[in-house]
Amino acid sequence: MTIRKTLGTAVRALRRNITRSALTVLGIVIGIAAVIAMMEIGKGSSGSISRTIASMGANNLLIFPGTASTGGVSFGGGSSLTLTAEDCDAILRECSAIAAAAPLVRARPQIVYQDKNWVPTFVYGSTPAYLTVRDWSQLADGDIFTDADVRNASRVCVVGQTLVRELFGGQNPVGKEIRVKNVAFTVVGVLTPKGANAFGMDQDDILLAPWTTIKYRVSGSSTASSTTASTATTSSNSADSTFPGAKAVFPAQSSTQSADAPMPVRFANVDQVIMSATAGDQIRPAIREVTALLRERHRLQPGEPDDFSIRDMTESANALASTTNMMTNLLLAVALISLVVGGVGIMNIMLVSVTERTREIGLRMAVGARSRDILRQFLTEATLLCLIGGLLGLALGRGAALMVQKFLRWPIESSVEAIIASIVVSAAVGIVFGFYPAWKASRLDPIEALRYE
Amino acid sequence: MNDTLVKLNDIRRTFRVGEISVHVLRGISLTIERGAYVALTGSSGSGKTTLMNLLGCLDRPTSGEYWLDGVEVSRMSSDARAMIRNRKIGFVFQNFNLLPRTTALEQVMMPLAYTNTGLSERDAKARAIDLLKMVGLGERMDHRPSQLSGGQQQRVAIARALINQPPVLFADEPTGNLDSRTTAEILEMFDRLNRAEGITIILVTHDPTVAGHARRNIRLRDGMIESDTVREGPPPPLQSHSAPAAHAESQVA
Repeated sequence: MTIRKTLGTAVRALRRNITRSALTVLGIVIGIAAVIAMMEIGKGSSGSISRTIASMGANNLLIFPGTASTGGVSFGGGSSLTLTAEDCDAILRECSAIAAAAPLVRARPQIVYQDKNWVPTFVYGSTPAYLTVRDWSQLADGDIFTDADVRNASRVCVVGQTLVRELFGGQNPVGKEIRVKNVAFTVVGVLTPKGANAFGMDQDDILLAPWTTIKYRVSGSSTASSTTASTATTSSNSADSTFPGAKAVFPAQSSTQSADAPMPVRFANVDQVIMSATAGDQIRPAIREVTALLRERHRLQPGEPDDFSIRDMTESANALASTTNMMTNLLLAVALISLVVGGVGIMNIMLVSVTERTREIGLRMAVGARSRDILRQFLTEATLLCLIGGLLGLALGRGAALMVQKFLRWPIESSVEAIIASIVVSAAVGIVFGFYPAWKASRLDPIEALRYE
Repeated sequence: MNDTLVKLNDIRRTFRVGEISVHVLRGISLTIERGAYVALTGSSGSGKTTLMNLLGCLDRPTSGEYWLDGVEVSRMSSDARAMIRNRKIGFVFQNFNLLPRTTALEQVMMPLAYTNTGLSERDAKARAIDLLKMVGLGERMDHRPSQLSGGQQQRVAIARALINQPPVLFADEPTGNLDSRTTAEILEMFDRLNRAEGITIILVTHDPTVAGHARRNIRLRDGMIESDTVREGPPPPLQSHSAPAAHAESQVA
């Protein structure tokens, strides 16, 4: 019996009892629909969560300077002065797993515009590459400062939406002049809103300027004035004397004293380097490459501890992703149970069908059907039924997912794997649950079957 | 063409019912020529239905030899016997055994699904249409069993039995469920098939009128052949008042 003939016979047999076929299929339809809807909604949610994490930099890597110690006295994390902007350039040049890298200098100055003042959460000195790393390149208005601005330590900055609201009262700040710790800056661009990060900090409360400007014009003097030299520490600048509240601990240097004891060292260390790996799975190779490169650049002997530390965000990203994965799997398990129930329904109806069609089976055997033909016929019927149910369920599940998206505004994501899997699973359900009834039918004795009332 | 089509040699069939062995057929030997028209008669429990099942390759004898069309079939596997049933044997049943909600054309074509010839769908359909025309149902090819009378249903069954051009047609009480007028129609058709197409017909019946149509009458009694008579001359006229035959006796299986 050819496959075409078998299929034809099965289709005719199913059409002969269309209502019952439809009702039988319902269990599979609901099961597959549930699986598809759960997969799409689950995938959509975990996709939106991972996008949220990516927006705060899932592929990002941070390099912090390590500990400096002198004579057994440790100065704590970040006290080593060896991490420089040149390291950052070298990383970008030599590490293939790194897509972008930017040095970072932090400060926490007060910002004044006309009669308003504000202390942003983040005042970062960096390069234009910072926005590439953070996946934030699109600006709401104006432009990012240039590499030339970084070289020249130009007094230009880009501000986040919160600053626009707090300082400029919603006015377009591009071209306006603000004072950052009494240094005048021109606003050249406005960042797009990014919202809160995973820890609830407002990422739009940011001022971004060339790192050279922040480091040399805002945070510190051009000559090193403190030994630990963490640029985030408050240090005096020329404007201190203008505020009556500030009281100098040491008497101010006279010009003679300065001339006598010049401090020519111009520290070029940065507080942090932020990088992004080319892809999520490139994070580990990236860490290896960067570590090797920095050890070489910092001339560390084998066995000597790193004078920097690298952190990645995958830990928190994985935690969040595994939560949604667990939810998806849970819902999937429930959906699979309904699929099994549907399969049992198929088996039940097929058994009834075999009993009801005993005479037909006897007749088919009398006109020359072998037991394997009968087995194949009933198996084909069950599988066909399940496949049809699977396709209907696919449509219904997609429909349900689209409804959820339209009316509940939940993110959904269609997946080819889920579609293929549901088709395969429904066929498998047909074969597994159709086998017993089909086998029973094929074992019938034609004489008995023909006489069955 | 007087060669042997069916040859039985000391056929025995014993059924075991629990501890007891029931000897239903107790040594049957007979020969049936190609083109014969044979009626198997006998009272209830004489073993004629069992013999019919054996002849139709639906069952296997406990012992003895059965040659059908020159092939020993009694020791064949069930798959091989299925093939014999498909190619060499046509069955007509008392209760027609048509598939419900299936058109006459599809009923007739059904056995071809199990035939491994290179017959194309179009040729198969043409053959089925020819057969339906031959049994006088050319106008009712799309009718379902519920839209056909008993006689028409039995004619569909006959067309179905003949689709693979078998040399022999087995009929188990073919007129048992029909009234006398349709009985006459069906018997006429058997006569025609036997004479014109040369198909061997072996039928089981109670009805002496039906048996009288056959040229040879084998009477069974207690699992043995009681008499085997060959009639010469034309068949006797049908009794117009012959009541529908009593319900076919059921055989202990």
